[in-house]
Amino acid sequence: MALGVVSTLPACDYDDPANPDLADKFLHMMSAFNDRVQRALFNPHTLAPTFSPDQITNPPRFNAFYDISQAPVVDPASYRLELAGQIQQTAPWSLTALRALPRESQITRLICVEGWRVIGQWAGVPLRDFFRRIGADTTCQYVSFKCADGYYSSIDMESALHPQTVLALDFLGSPLTPAFGAPVRLRIPTKLGFKNPKSIMQISVGNVYTGGYWEDQGYNWFSGS
Amino acid sequence: MDQPRTRAIHPWPLRLMHWLNVVAIVMMIGSGLQIYDASPLFVFTFPPLVTIGGWLAAGIAWHLAFIWLLMGNGLAYLVWGSVTGHFRRKFFPLSPRMVAREVWAALRFKLPHRKGVYNSVQRLLYLGVIFAGIAVVVSGLGIWKPVQLWFFTDLCGGYFAARYVHFFTMAGIVAFMFIHVLLVILVPKSLPPMITGGKFLDPQS
Repeated sequence: MALGVVSTLPACDYDDPANPDLADKFLHMMSAFNDRVQRALFNPHTLAPTFSPDQITNPPRFNAFYDISQAPVVDPASYRLELAGQIQQTAPWSLTALRALPRESQITRLICVEGWRVIGQWAGVPLRDFFRRIGADTTCQYVSFKCADGYYSSIDMESALHPQTVLALDFLGSPLTPAFGAPVRLRIPTKLGFKNPKSIMQISVGNVYTGGYWEDQGYNWFSGS
Repeated sequence: MDQPRTRAIHPWPLRLMHWLNVVAIVMMIGSGLQIYDASPLFVFTFPPLVTIGGWLAAGIAWHLAFIWLLMGNGLAYLVWGSVTGHFRRKFFPLSPRMVAREVWAALRFKLPHRKGVYNSVQRLLYLGVIFAGIAVVVSGLGIWKPVQLWFFTDLCGGYFAARYVHFFTMAGIVAFMFIHVLLVILVPKSLPPMITGGKFLDPQS
């Protein structure tokens, strides 16, 4: 009965981001509205649920826009985390220097935009501590990430300063492996999985919207949990 | 004494909300099945004929665009139905005995049809689908915001369970829609009043 209505709708939306049709423009408008709703819903003091070690998903689930064999391998010795934008101290960070910072551990749930979820343990430097250390301007709107595999994403400053948002260095008690985002990834349990970029090469802070790999194809930008 | 007066079977706010709900529900279910296909809960997936969007990002975008129509319209219906006495008049009284008696009467083809008055099976089904509508929205909010709206997620038994609650309440609504449309096909004269309003002799005036 409803089939007639459904089949007359465009078969595929967001299929050509460069040439949005009327439906795409409507969806973009609603997605921007939903970003504002999610900003309003976001409570910086509400913590994502934490779990016990026996609830950790084993084996962990690999997920990316490529096969696990394509995961980028970054040389830990020559790795330098670049900093850009509204940051006072933009000197790059070696992995050794990052590992010398106080780390926090969390057992949290990662929910994929597809609907499935896994529980894992991550440990790393809380992003707000790192921002304090490097003198990031936390009045800016956006924090943007560029990754070794060409992936990129950005988040709102409020979520970046959430106590459970960490620059993860360890996964399941060991240093991150390439498949799970070595040498540094974002772990942000208040957002969907694709907002947790892996193998981060550059962090920048600013007021210019930079979108993201999936966001630019039509996924909702805020994508909070 | 007042003269008995005629009333619209379906007053205009109800008709407006009914047809807005048709649009919202078709869009929500079509886009929801698209989202389901990205990570199926069961062995089956849904064919493109019944999904809206074509791929996950568009399915989610449609779903989270039309949720506002579904919720706004649903909320308006609940407020309107409570304030005007529509729910009290149309859905009550209702008891298990009434349902049993009228099911038995219906099986013997002895259930009378009274224009503008629902029998107890209809009352039960309408109340049931209102409950399913509330449950599908609550579980949906629990899936969308398991951190910020954790109480909705917990109410469903956690994130994992909430996806099943969401699916089965949707399935219940679809089952209702099939019965609903089947009855309209069997009794076609029930359709025009949902467009024009219709008239019946109000038993309470």
